Amino acid sequence: MFELLGIPPQALFGQLLLGLINGSFYALLSLGLAVIFGLLNIINFSHGAQYMMGAFVAWMGLTWLGIPYWGALVIVPLVVGTTGVVIERLMISKLYHLDHLYGLLLTFGLALIIQGLFRNGFGVSGLPYSIPSQLSGGTNLGFMFLPNYRAWVVVASLIVCFGTWFAIERTRLGAYLRAATENPTLVGAFGINVPRMITLTYGFGVALAAFAGVLAAPIYSVNPNMGADLIIVVFAVVVIGGMGSILGAILTGFGLGIVEGLTKVFYPEASSVAIFVIMAIVLLFKPAGLFGRTA
Amino acid sequence: MNFKTATLAGLAAMLMAGSAMAVDVKLGVLNDRSGIYADLSGEGSVVAARMAIEDFDAAAKGINVEVISADHQNKPDVASTIARQWYDEEGVDVIVDVPTSSAALAVNEITREKGKIFLNSGAASTDLTGAQCAPGTAHWTYDTYALANGTGKAMVDNGYQNWYFLTADYAFGHSLEENTTAVVQASGGTVVGSVRHPFPGTDFSSFLLQAQASGADVIGLANAGGDTVNSIKQAAEFGITQAGQALAGLLIFITDVHALGLETAQGLVLTEAFYWDLNDETRAWSERFSEEMGGSKPTMVHAGVYSAVTHYLKGVEASGDKATDGVMDWMKSNPSSDQVFGEGELRADGRHIHDMYLFQVKSPAESTGEWDYYKLLATIPAEIAFRPLEDGGCALVE
Amino acid sequence: MSVTTETTYSSAADAMPIGTPRHHIIIFAGLLVLLLIAPFVLYPVFIMKILCFALFASALNLLLGFGGLLSFGHAAFFGSASYVTAHAAKVWGLTPEVAILLGTIAAAFLGLVIGALAIRRQGIYFAMVTLAFAQMVFFFALQSPFTGGEDGIQAVPRGDLFGVIPLSNDMTLYFVVLAIVFGGLLAIYRIIHSPFGQVLKAIRDNEPRSISLGYKVNRYKLAVFVMSATLAGMAGSTKALVFQLASLTDVYWTMSGEVVLMTLLGGMGTIFGPFVGAAVIVTMQNYFASFGAWVTILQGTIFVVSVLLFREGIIGVLSRWLKKPL
Repeated sequence: MFELLGIPPQALFGQLLLGLINGSFYALLSLGLAVIFGLLNIINFSHGAQYMMGAFVAWMGLTWLGIPYWGALVIVPLVVGTTGVVIERLMISKLYHLDHLYGLLLTFGLALIIQGLFRNGFGVSGLPYSIPSQLSGGTNLGFMFLPNYRAWVVVASLIVCFGTWFAIERTRLGAYLRAATENPTLVGAFGINVPRMITLTYGFGVALAAFAGVLAAPIYSVNPNMGADLIIVVFAVVVIGGMGSILGAILTGFGLGIVEGLTKVFYPEASSVAIFVIMAIVLLFKPAGLFGRTA
Repeated sequence: MNFKTATLAGLAAMLMAGSAMAVDVKLGVLNDRSGIYADLSGEGSVVAARMAIEDFDAAAKGINVEVISADHQNKPDVASTIARQWYDEEGVDVIVDVPTSSAALAVNEITREKGKIFLNSGAASTDLTGAQCAPGTAHWTYDTYALANGTGKAMVDNGYQNWYFLTADYAFGHSLEENTTAVVQASGGTVVGSVRHPFPGTDFSSFLLQAQASGADVIGLANAGGDTVNSIKQAAEFGITQAGQALAGLLIFITDVHALGLETAQGLVLTEAFYWDLNDETRAWSERFSEEMGGSKPTMVHAGVYSAVTHYLKGVEASGDKATDGVMDWMKSNPSSDQVFGEGELRADGRHIHDMYLFQVKSPAESTGEWDYYKLLATIPAEIAFRPLEDGGCALVE
Repeated sequence: MSVTTETTYSSAADAMPIGTPRHHIIIFAGLLVLLLIAPFVLYPVFIMKILCFALFASALNLLLGFGGLLSFGHAAFFGSASYVTAHAAKVWGLTPEVAILLGTIAAAFLGLVIGALAIRRQGIYFAMVTLAFAQMVFFFALQSPFTGGEDGIQAVPRGDLFGVIPLSNDMTLYFVVLAIVFGGLLAIYRIIHSPFGQVLKAIRDNEPRSISLGYKVNRYKLAVFVMSATLAGMAGSTKALVFQLASLTDVYWTMSGEVVLMTLLGGMGTIFGPFVGAAVIVTMQNYFASFGAWVTILQGTIFVVSVLLFREGIIGVLSRWLKKPL
């Protein structure tokens, strides 16, 4: 049996697969950030909090209203996305004439409020959310035991990511969106309601975060801090990928998940800083990011 | 500062004209009231301290006890700020509970500097009674040595020889791993490897698979709180326990089992200093406790607070005042005894020793109702449950 | 990206003249008198905390308000300096002034490394890059043995100043801290009003024009970044001695957020704003400490309200009313 750097190939495949699963979350979240950034030019700091909200709303739906997981996958992004629409209308829209940094500060404040409210309401010990019965159990792949739910996470994330990419890059609506990114005044002159498009885009980005939250609920415990540290990693992912392209955000997300998975095998102590180290290297050699257009 | 205050029975004491004594004691319960340890310490510890004061009938004996409480958020800087302010500004005499080792060590230092008393129940670090032991500090309920000793030895004795550790990568996790390794090796077992996971972690699957690949009989979870809960859940998800490997939780409280549910937690072996269903006295006390706490049962940390405060009040009564040296001397030279912890003794290094218990978590079928979680496997006598006095390196031990 | 990135920071700062206006001297003197009396009235440890954070926030303001660079990772400098100082004082047994000096140097060095990488990106990316690096420093502090991980470095001896004056008394320490912080604030004031500070403001307001005028913009940015990191480190070092503790809280991202909040609330680009912001936030944290997560919610609300309605901050508004730069 051959070994790679002392790691048996079975273990390696297993870890690669696990990396891909984590990468699914990075991809979904950095995609949401990229979509919002593309049109609004702000970095949505409350993205992590909105991901957490997704998980919590799913939990509330199940516990209080009896909405099952599959219903939550559709309803929760709508609900949380709506709160995003409200936030954009009431607050973010007031900042477009200012420096983009104010958008960052505002959403940072919102993230603190959302996290604080959920901590007050539910404590931080975490709430259980069980895996839907259709997806419980797992498959023995020979090199590892793959829980069905985790396989579903990768599939669902791929579908949503591809769907988003397709909608933005290959449809008429996406064309408006891209045009508005370049020149909002001109697009407005063609009779397109640009402010509404911006609002809905923010809502959609938030909905993506909430969708990731619902996906995460059954495997990670649902707690108010689940998004706080994750979002910083996702920021690094975004810096590495550059926010110029939708596809770039998706690929970097999955790719870095895999890289992180590998560090967990070869040098577990460094797994939490691996992505940041990569970010430093990318900044040195390709400051605009792997897929970024030079600013 | 705007801490919740509760003056207890001041009037009653004034009416006790016959009593020779009139001592005012201010007791500060400092613990986690909003974070991951809020359930196992939190308001419950305040309730336990009040119950101790009532049961001791402190007011009638001329001891006026005021209880205040605050949230240290599990952060050493917050804990030390509050402790400093309590001692300097609020006239607090005793600080009680303080879970989270880092916060406890911070309070320990301030208490030493200010010459006050610190009754710790919630923290795990053996340093409190080892290298950093202080004259005014008593460490009441448990420590990493006692947990490792109980669980580690029991698992090896039951045929789980080969260990693999899943260790939280910070000081607490490392020391728990070290302690357990020593016990496992002394009992004739071997440690085949370990992996350190980031703290706090969310995804343990990668580390669990490495543990599985090691072929060890048992995976020792040298972590705490949410990390332990998540590792156990994910071990179930990846079919690790079903495939025959056992999990040994090295720091698990009954509240963690409650959060996990018996379906996931069943079969776990763990060590605790207290369980509500041990005997008639603990059942009666726990019943009173849960009436005040909306139904939840006390943890060993709550029980430890009760026991420590009781013994402290006896010390104040015997010395006739609250001077730190006199009270600590009395507490260390007289055995402790109460309805919750039974008999015990406070050693020179500040370690309170008492029996520890080895439990196994019941299966859903074995459980007869809510909070019926443990079955007793063994009682570990006080003399061997804790680190020997001479091994700690405490400067108070000559 | 458009060519002219217009920044609309506090307008008060733009009117800042070269030289020292008399009312600034009066305010500095008044502040000093107030701070000399304060420890006899209030709890000294509490005021020392305000002082440390005032210096920290002023250091960030130098970068944000005058350099136009939003760093979301300043906790990295504050925290690592406090670790180095604590280690130097406790393990190496050095005197407090040497320990503080070492901590400050460490922060300066870290500032040079992170700054050199971070200034390669602008605007929002700059903020994210600094945040990410700070998180890396946090993980380093969590895992490396010299920081004590979760426990932090505790029971740091305050020692004897210059090996002679014992600082264990809160009052003695207070005046040392006051001297350090006041010195730091004056240094920042001096930097802002130097020719260097003028170029900095030019870059902040119109970077392309500054480049075309022949300024090596990146060198200026790096220089101000390092200065800001150094002063933040000085604040962190001092804090480590006051609380006799260096802990993970000092390097966590919430600390970076808090100091941004102090600067924003007090007034970005003002001289005295960060001091006021720090005093307000520290006092608030102190009084609401027992309300748990409400502190977080309140801080978030202040953020949102400040950004939406109150971008000039307390001192910015005051300065507009008085028609004088403060």
